[in-house]
Amino acid sequence: MADHHPTGLKRWLFTTNHKDIGSMYLWFSFVMFIIGGAMAMVIRAELYQPGLQFVDPNFFNSMTTMHGLIMVFGAVMPSMVGLANWLIPMQIGAPDMALPRMNNWSFWILPFAFTLLLSSLFMDGGAPNFGWTFYAPLSTTYGPPSTDFFILGVHMMGISSIMGAINVIVTVFNMRAPGMTLMKMPLFVWTWVITAFLLIMVMPVLAGAVTMMLTDRHFGTSFFDAAGGGDPVLFQHIFWFFGHPEVYIMILPAFGVASEIIPAFARKKLFGYSSMVYATASIALLSFVVWAHHMFTVGMPVAGELFFMIATMLIAVPTGVKVFNWVATMWQGSMTFETPMLFAIAFVILFTIGGFSGVMLAMAPVDFQYHDTYFVVAHFHYVLFPGAIFGTTAAVYYWLPKWTGKMYNEKLGKLHFWLSMIFVNLTFFPMHFSGLAGMPRRIPDYNMMFADFNQLASIGAFGLGLTQILFLAILIKTIWGKAEKSSDKPWDGATGLEWEQLPCPAPYHTFDTPPKVS
Amino acid sequence: MAIRRKFFAGLTALVSFVLSGAAQATAELNMRPGVTETSLEAFELHMAVIWVMTGIAVVVFGLMIYSMIFHRKSKNPTPATWSHSTTVEFIWTIIPFIILIALTIPAVKLLIKMEDASDPDMSVVVTGSQWKWHYKYMEHDIEFFSNLATPQQRENFSLEEAQNNPNYLLDVDNELVLPANKKVRFLMTADDVIHSWWVPELAVKKDAIPGFINETWTQVPTPGTYRGQCTELCGKWHGFMPVVVKVVTETEFDDWVAQKKEEKIAAEKAAAEAAAQSWEMDKLMELGKTVYDAKCAACHMQNGAGVPPTFPALKGSAMAIEADQINAHIDIVVNGKAGTAMAAFGNQLTDAEIAAVVTYERNAWGNDTGEKVQPADIQAFKAGN
Repeated sequence: MADHHPTGLKRWLFTTNHKDIGSMYLWFSFVMFIIGGAMAMVIRAELYQPGLQFVDPNFFNSMTTMHGLIMVFGAVMPSMVGLANWLIPMQIGAPDMALPRMNNWSFWILPFAFTLLLSSLFMDGGAPNFGWTFYAPLSTTYGPPSTDFFILGVHMMGISSIMGAINVIVTVFNMRAPGMTLMKMPLFVWTWVITAFLLIMVMPVLAGAVTMMLTDRHFGTSFFDAAGGGDPVLFQHIFWFFGHPEVYIMILPAFGVASEIIPAFARKKLFGYSSMVYATASIALLSFVVWAHHMFTVGMPVAGELFFMIATMLIAVPTGVKVFNWVATMWQGSMTFETPMLFAIAFVILFTIGGFSGVMLAMAPVDFQYHDTYFVVAHFHYVLFPGAIFGTTAAVYYWLPKWTGKMYNEKLGKLHFWLSMIFVNLTFFPMHFSGLAGMPRRIPDYNMMFADFNQLASIGAFGLGLTQILFLAILIKTIWGKAEKSSDKPWDGATGLEWEQLPCPAPYHTFDTPPKVS
Repeated sequence: MAIRRKFFAGLTALVSFVLSGAAQATAELNMRPGVTETSLEAFELHMAVIWVMTGIAVVVFGLMIYSMIFHRKSKNPTPATWSHSTTVEFIWTIIPFIILIALTIPAVKLLIKMEDASDPDMSVVVTGSQWKWHYKYMEHDIEFFSNLATPQQRENFSLEEAQNNPNYLLDVDNELVLPANKKVRFLMTADDVIHSWWVPELAVKKDAIPGFINETWTQVPTPGTYRGQCTELCGKWHGFMPVVVKVVTETEFDDWVAQKKEEKIAAEKAAAEAAAQSWEMDKLMELGKTVYDAKCAACHMQNGAGVPPTFPALKGSAMAIEADQINAHIDIVVNGKAGTAMAAFGNQLTDAEIAAVVTYERNAWGNDTGEKVQPADIQAFKAGN
């Protein structure tokens, strides 16, 4: 059958093709990554040395807020949805996502949502300036007028995420090729199904939180205002009930990516497939009962603090299982170190460092010293940048030949890796030290005693930012420039339907008839 | 085998080098142990976790590096085919579990101790507001505000300042003075948004939440000055509201309390005298500018332009120009404006200071109303309030 392949602008506006939509998600997230990254550069420039050099403290707060919101909701989450769109139908042998029109809609909401959010930068009173966690009452009674645009923006992102999640669940449960039983699915599909359930559970909670903010701001309610019988801490409970599973929403698909790439380049089957699945599910379940570990200083009863401390530490067990399984997959393999493998190994090592600081932060009596310092900033950037973003980067390099039929330049890919690896550590490792020395987060100016580590972090950040421009150049060169054609199976250890039964590039429509699954 | 041995020798050398380096530079790289019993215990626990994590890191990353060197395609062309071992998986589920239990036990003990604020020798109410702290000694009838020593204006914060002032951003006008060896209970609350009161060397960090009271405590054995900062984002000048605790011996503390009481009586007397006078315009303007720069300029800016719409302009504002709004103007300064960042200054400033700052706002920056507000007007307003 000839490919039905529309062209021009309408192709992208009206497409219901999972590959087109996947590409749009990925490019959208890259644009957001650059915008959010530019904001990080403003932050690091201001923090390069003590004193207020470039920006007003209020604008600095807007930058930290918008950087967080854009990276979480604009860069990391859409990039994962983009990968899901491209890969899940091919990996389970389905012709497309189950709900293609909804798929189109869930993508096209995003540019509007982020236009709304970004437009707040140009409004009177400035952009949201209360941190990406938007604690009440700083974000309600004291929020700038643009907060309402932020609320509407978050609602739209939430709708988009929920629809994306529904699509993944419906696709995976209904459209698997005959013989593709649940326990034969690639780990990436598994991690995404679990992520999708998390999304469906918690995005409505976030929507509830911002709706309560809206009514507190304009319609006379006092959910988060003690003067009217409400409670500012209630906001934090609701936010983190969303926020902690959100952390896993961002990282679980990256776990899936690592579980695909490491076996491929170790030329050895993934160790402990079923324990990987169970570990992922345990992490997801535990993520619902640990939220208040973000709130050890709000004055909870000791019993509450003990519960959340112990439950949080338990997460280290299934997470540890995953890390050990990756190491065991590498053990006695026959490894080569192409760019995707380098990013995947760095992901395991650096994510684990973030896990170590996570265990430290879980211990409430010591957390009183770490809480809201740069130690926390170091911790979550270790799990997000070399965690989630390295995971996505590894995935892009790994599946790029499948998507485009062309091979990226291996030398440039390795250069991108090594520069990223050096700069990501130069940026975020010193933050552990400034945090331990006592530097609070979200401050635009600081005492001289924090100067050395901040300068290092700033230098690292500028390098890390520039390095990602190299990534853009590599992608452009591979997709539109002169690049080597890829063979149908460029990675000899790669397994799965997309590598074994489809050519490179994968045709516009794949698996019109279900494949045979061995 | 020789290569393997060399590799391990190299690894051991590297690890010991890194660790000895870390040990020499402990002061800069690590958490400060602090001075209280709880802070020392928290530090010990912190070090214990660091070592456990370092140990796990050495084992796990060591295995990965070993594998990357010896299980690469050039060294090991045929990969193994195993992909499962229930025994091994069981072991590496149980071992982390045991390690975590070992870490949890001391943590639980310490947590329970840190959260026990019962039987204090004295209590201090700590109230956070944008962007200063207020301390009220329950037993001593003393209360005062504690502001950043430098007024919160952009031009005061520069690299030169930071280099010249070792306590840059960590110095206040009035320190919280506490007696050594007494169990002090802190009752935390806030006037506007959530703040968080942190002194690293005491290992005390607690959120100050508007409308609620949190409890924490400390007992400092050694006199000294301990500095910290607000650790919960609380708006524009969040990075500029330090916490400074000065711990003194018990006799010094008693002297300080006596001195504070005398000062209070003297201040009340001076305020009454000042309020009884009729003030000249230039005196009002002079005092008004001092008060304005210290208390108002952080939001309304020195030139009165504000940062609308969050912080309205006073320059050209109807309230500061129109004669029939003079009472509304006094009202907003005395009582603040609910639901906004505008705080009530009725109890923070004397009547003369309020009169002066209102006069200043009505005559500075081209507002030029020529109107004078006298301390007596403020007294009259408060009486009729």
